[in-house]
Amino acid sequence: MNKGKADAFVDITDVVCPVTFVKVKVAIEELEPGQILEIRMNEGEPIQNVPRSLKDEDHKVIRVENNGDGTYTVLVEKDGLT
Amino acid sequence: MAEVDYKELKKGGFMRQVQKDRFSLRLRIVGGQIRAEQLQKVTEIAEKYGQGYIHMTSRQGIEIPFVKLQDIDAVKKELSEVGLQPGACGPRVRTITACQGENICPSGLIDTTSLAKELDNRYFARELPHKFKIGVTGCCNNCLKAEENDLGIKGGLKPAWQADVCNYCGLCQAVCPVKAIEIVSGDTVSLNETQCNYCGKCVKACPVEAWKGEKGFILSFGGLFGNRIAVGKQILPIVSSKESLYKVIDLTLAFFQKYGKQSERFRNTLDRVGWELFEKELEVLNIE
Repeated sequence: MNKGKADAFVDITDVVCPVTFVKVKVAIEELEPGQILEIRMNEGEPIQNVPRSLKDEDHKVIRVENNGDGTYTVLVEKDGLT
Repeated sequence: MAEVDYKELKKGGFMRQVQKDRFSLRLRIVGGQIRAEQLQKVTEIAEKYGQGYIHMTSRQGIEIPFVKLQDIDAVKKELSEVGLQPGACGPRVRTITACQGENICPSGLIDTTSLAKELDNRYFARELPHKFKIGVTGCCNNCLKAEENDLGIKGGLKPAWQADVCNYCGLCQAVCPVKAIEIVSGDTVSLNETQCNYCGKCVKACPVEAWKGEKGFILSFGGLFGNRIAVGKQILPIVSSKESLYKVIDLTLAFFQKYGKQSERFRNTLDRVGWELFEKELEVLNIE
């Protein structure tokens, strides 16, 4: 499993559902399988829903950090569940 | 013309209207679903015997207003051609409502549609001291508002952690709405079982299936949303089998039949005789 640093970064704290996941999808499309996307998202609905949607599309969450400011940083491996 | 037995008509789903000898005919809908060919027949009936429209009730029902007294038997016969029947009004178990549940909804945790059908088969129109509403919602998002019902059923998951597959990513801790999960020092995950609300979000979110969930039913009792407004109370731990669920419902209805006064809603019966009495009877069931 690739635990190195992220290959790309997307901030979705400035948008609301369903644009949150759309923005993530667009960002992950740019990557190759196995590469890591770092996502900054808000607590509440985004952290509840975005990682679950990533799982549904076979991308694997590998680390979640609580930034302590109402946001989380989530590292996701593209196609990590296939 | 023969004497009209309004009570009998109401029992059979015919609601007397303001207009003389006109009835709003309530249909027996289960879990908010109706087949397309049935809907077509409803359309025909509304055009032929009503005023060309239907009313959607607040509890997923359909009513056909302005049916004439003399047409009642003809309408019943036409409904039966597509397997439809009049619904229930008055002091009995009413329409069983349900959200779409796990068959359709990504958030759903239980098969609400099948459960609603089973509940309808077992309990629909059972005579009781007052109306009795049962609703089934698939998960804690509670789209069907379980606690509004005299008996509310909500899908839940009892989570159990599998150490061997966990990748300690921390997502479960982040998604848990009641902060019952804690990643302890990177190699242990603790679950506070008394705090857990069985919402299943940890199970749904986990990327490596390190949380397994046992399906169950979270029950609420004594909800009211009419003249008096009261939220149904959860007084039992999550019920894990359907067999136990039916035992609880059988007991609940028997309790209401035994202790309820005529025209007294279940909540008011519980408040009058004491919730402890009901809880004591539930305890005897030894539900797991």
